[in-house]
Amino acid sequence: MKYYDKLIFELSRPGRKGYSLPENPYGPMLLPAGLGRGSKAMLPEVSEPDVVRHYTNLSQMNFGVDTGYYPLGSCTMKYNPKINEEIAAMPAFQGLHPLQDEATVPGVKAVYEGMDKALCAITGMKHFIFTPCAGAHGELTGLMIIREYHRRRGDLARTKIIVPDSAHGTNPASAAVCGLEVVEVRSTENGLVDVADLEKLLGPDIAGIMLTNPNTLGLFEREIGRIAELVHACGGLLYYDGANMNPLLGMVRPGDMDFDVMHLNLHKTFSTPHGGGGPGSGPVGVCAKLAGIADTMQVSGFHGNFGVILRAYAYILSLGREHVKMAGKLSVLNANYIKESLKDCYKLPIGSVCKHEFVFDGLVDDGSATGKAGATTLDVAKRLLDFGFHAPTIYFPLLFHQAMMIEPTETESPETLDAFIEVLRKIAAEAAADPDILHQAPHGTPVSRPDETRAARTPVVKYTPAV
Amino acid sequence: MFQYFPHTGEDIRRMLERIGADSLDALYADVPERFIYRGEYDLPAAMSEQQVRDFFEGLAAKNPKLKVFAGAGAYDHYTPSVIPYITSRSEFLTAYTPYQSEISQGTLRYIFEFQTVICSLTGMDVSNASMYDGPTAAAEAMRICVSQAKKKNTVLVSATLLPQVLKVMEVYALNAGIRLVRIPAEGGQTSLQALGELIAAGDVAGAVVPSLNRYGIIEDHAGFADALHAAGALLVEYCDPSALAVLKSPAEWGADVAVGDGQPLGIPLCYGGPYVGFMACRQALIRKLPGRIVGETVDKDGKRCYVLTLQAREQHIRREKASSNICSNESLMALWVTVYAALMGPEGLREVNEISYGGAHYLEQQLLATGKFEKVFDAPFLKEFVLKPLVPVEELQQKLLDAGFFGALKTEEGYVSFCVTEKRTRAEIDQLVNVIREGWL
Repeated sequence: MKYYDKLIFELSRPGRKGYSLPENPYGPMLLPAGLGRGSKAMLPEVSEPDVVRHYTNLSQMNFGVDTGYYPLGSCTMKYNPKINEEIAAMPAFQGLHPLQDEATVPGVKAVYEGMDKALCAITGMKHFIFTPCAGAHGELTGLMIIREYHRRRGDLARTKIIVPDSAHGTNPASAAVCGLEVVEVRSTENGLVDVADLEKLLGPDIAGIMLTNPNTLGLFEREIGRIAELVHACGGLLYYDGANMNPLLGMVRPGDMDFDVMHLNLHKTFSTPHGGGGPGSGPVGVCAKLAGIADTMQVSGFHGNFGVILRAYAYILSLGREHVKMAGKLSVLNANYIKESLKDCYKLPIGSVCKHEFVFDGLVDDGSATGKAGATTLDVAKRLLDFGFHAPTIYFPLLFHQAMMIEPTETESPETLDAFIEVLRKIAAEAAADPDILHQAPHGTPVSRPDETRAARTPVVKYTPAV
Repeated sequence: MFQYFPHTGEDIRRMLERIGADSLDALYADVPERFIYRGEYDLPAAMSEQQVRDFFEGLAAKNPKLKVFAGAGAYDHYTPSVIPYITSRSEFLTAYTPYQSEISQGTLRYIFEFQTVICSLTGMDVSNASMYDGPTAAAEAMRICVSQAKKKNTVLVSATLLPQVLKVMEVYALNAGIRLVRIPAEGGQTSLQALGELIAAGDVAGAVVPSLNRYGIIEDHAGFADALHAAGALLVEYCDPSALAVLKSPAEWGADVAVGDGQPLGIPLCYGGPYVGFMACRQALIRKLPGRIVGETVDKDGKRCYVLTLQAREQHIRREKASSNICSNESLMALWVTVYAALMGPEGLREVNEISYGGAHYLEQQLLATGKFEKVFDAPFLKEFVLKPLVPVEELQQKLLDAGFFGALKTEEGYVSFCVTEKRTRAEIDQLVNVIREGWL
C-alpha cells in the first residue's frame, strides 16, 4: 500500500467540472427572496478523471476481505460473492420507487417472501420483518417489539432488561435507546451466564433478557434451556442477538432454544459486503405471538435495505439447503484449529471447544524479562498488519484485559490459517526477543500509529481551505 | 464441496486431528442434544451461478419498467456511472468499520470528505460519518434535543414532515418516553404562530421542521430559531441535501442540527434502500452526535492521517451510557454521495435543481391546463408539488401506470403529488400530461 495524501477538495480548480447534464429547456429558476442560499456551498470542482484517480488512490490505502485475511471477531468477515453484486445492481431493481404499489413490484414481493421463508427455516422463528438497517437497529427494533408486547398486556412495570457482562456494546446501548434500564448478569469463570445470579435478578420488573449464543467468547450457552424456562416463568421474553449466528447454521435454531425475538446481520451470516461500515441489514424474526406486533414497527423510511436483502437472498439460493448447513461447521472447524495451534504462546483463558470465534488474553507470560509485559495485544494487532493480515477484534469482550477475539469464518483455507498461525507464533517470538519491533509496528503501512489523543482533544472533522 | 468453501475432505480430516475431535459434529458436543437440529431446512437445493442469475432476471422482469414522477422522500436523480464503478472497488466494498486506521486510510479519508460535503451543504460546523437514513437521523436528532435540554421532554415536530419521518420518530419517542407534539400547518407550511404557542406552553426541548416539506413546498423558517433559542430549545432542520445547493441552508436559518437523507445525491431508488442519513450540528453539540466521527491527526512520523475519534460517545466504550446504539452506519453510501458531490460540484448541483425546478413547474402548469386539477397551496416549490385532483385518484393512477408512468401519489388529504427531476425530459412530461388530458374526454 502506498501513501497518498490528497483530499478531493485539494484537487479543486474553479471552472472544472465532472458531470454532464442535459440542457435546461425551461427558464431560469426563480426562488422568492429570502429562500435562496446566500453563498455557494464549498464543493470540489474537479474533472471526471480527477475523481476516478483520486478514489482509486484512496482505495489502495484500504484493506478488505478481497485483499486478505480479516479475522475480526464478532464481525464474520466471510467472502462476499460477486454474483450477488451483479444481482443487486440490476437496473430493474435499482429503478423501483419505494412507494410503488405492491402490484407493480411482484418481483420484489417474491424476494421479501422468499427471504422470510428462508430465514424462518434457518432460525426456527415464525416471521421476519426487514425494516432494520443494521444489527444494532435490529436489536432496538426487537426490544421495541418486546416493550409493545408488555404494553399491550397492560404490564407496564417491566422496565428492565438483563444483559450479560460479556455482551456486545450495542446490547446495553440499544436497551437504553429503547428506554429500558440495563441490569447486568455476571459470567461464571467458565465464561457462561451465571444462572444463579440470573435467578436473583428475575422479577415482575424484567422485560426480558438479551443473549448472544454462542456468546462473545465463542462459547455455547449450554444452560440456555434452563435460562429460557426461568425468564419465561417470570413473564419476560428472550432476545437473541444474531451477530454470532454463523456457527449455528445447519446445527441449532434460535427458535428451538425458545427465543421470542431475534435479529440477523445479513452482512455477517449471509455474506453481504460490510462496505467499510454499512450498509447492513438487520431483519428481526419473531415467534408466532409477536408477528402482529412486529408488522407494525416502522423503524426506517421504507422497506429496509432492499439492495442488501437481495444479495443475501442470492447467497442463500446459491448455497441451498445442502451447503447452508456446512457453513456453520466449517467456521467452527477453522476457529478451533487456530485456537489449538496457538494456545501454547497466547493465553487461552477458557479452554473448552469454541464455536466460530474465541478469545485469547494476550501473550502467554513466559516469565522472561520481556515476556508478556513486553508487548500488549495492541502491539500484536499492529504487528499483524505488517504481515498482510487484518487484526482481530481487540480489547473486547471486556472480561479480559488483553482480549484478542479471532473469528476466521468458513471461507478461509487451511493454508491461510497456517500462514496466520505461523505469523502469530513469529510475533510471539519477537515479543520475547525484541519487543520494540512490536511497539513500533506497523512498519510497512501507508501511515504509522496515529496520534489519537490529538484527534480527540482538538477535533478536526472537516476540511477547511487554507486562506 | 462448494465454491465458497476451500476445505477438501483431507483438509477437514487433518484439521480435526490437530483439534483432537472425531468429526465436525463432535465440535458441537457442548450443545445439549435437544437443541441440535436434525431436520432438513425447508430451502431449495443449491443453484448454480447461472441458475441464480436466471432466477433473479426472471423476478426483475416481472416488475414493469416505469418512468418515475414521484418523490415523497425518494428522488429519481441521475447516477453518473463513475459512482458504482468506484463504490464497487473491493477495497472499499469488502472492508469493515475502519478500526485499524493504518490500513483503512481510504475509508477514513472518504468519510472525512463526506463530513466536509455535509458541513458545506448544511453550513453546520461538524458532521458525523452517516446514519441509516433520513427518518432515523431525525429520530436521533430528537434524542439530542432532550439530552441537551436536560429536564425538558417535549419535542415539536412539524405536521409537514414526510409521513415516514413522523412514523419513525413516533416509535423512537414512545419507547424513549419523549413527548412528541405536532406543529400544525398553515397554508401547507409549518406555522410560526403555532410554534410560538407550543413553545409558550413550556417543556419544549426542540423542534424538527422540514426545509422542503411533504408537499414539496420550500418553507420559510424566519423567526423559528429565535423563538426556540429564547426558550432554550434547539432547531433541527430536516433537509434535502441536493436542494441545499440552492436553498437557504440550515445554518442560515439558525439551526442547531441538520438532518436528512442523502439519497437525492445520486443514490438509485432501489425500492427504498440502502440510502444514507446524515447529521450535522453546531460545534457545541459535537459530543452529542451519535455514531462514528472521523477526525484528522498525524501519525508518529508526522504524516497527515485520519482516525475514528471521540469514541468515548460510542456504544463499544460507553455501553448503556452511549449517545446512541448505532454501530454500522451506511459507510459505502456515504462514499456514494461523496463521489456524486465531487462529480457534480456546486455548478452541477445547481443545474440539477434548475432543471428539476423547471420541469416541475412546467408539469404543474400543464396539469392545471388540463382542467382536471386545482391548485391547493399558493407557496413556492422546488421539484415536487401537490394538486387537488378533480378526477378519481385511483383511476388517474391506473391510467398513468398503464402508460408506463409512476406518479400522482395520494396524500393523506386526498391530494396527489408529482415530482420531476432532471432525468425526466420535456417530452416525457408532455406524454404524461397527454395521458391525463385524453383520459377523460
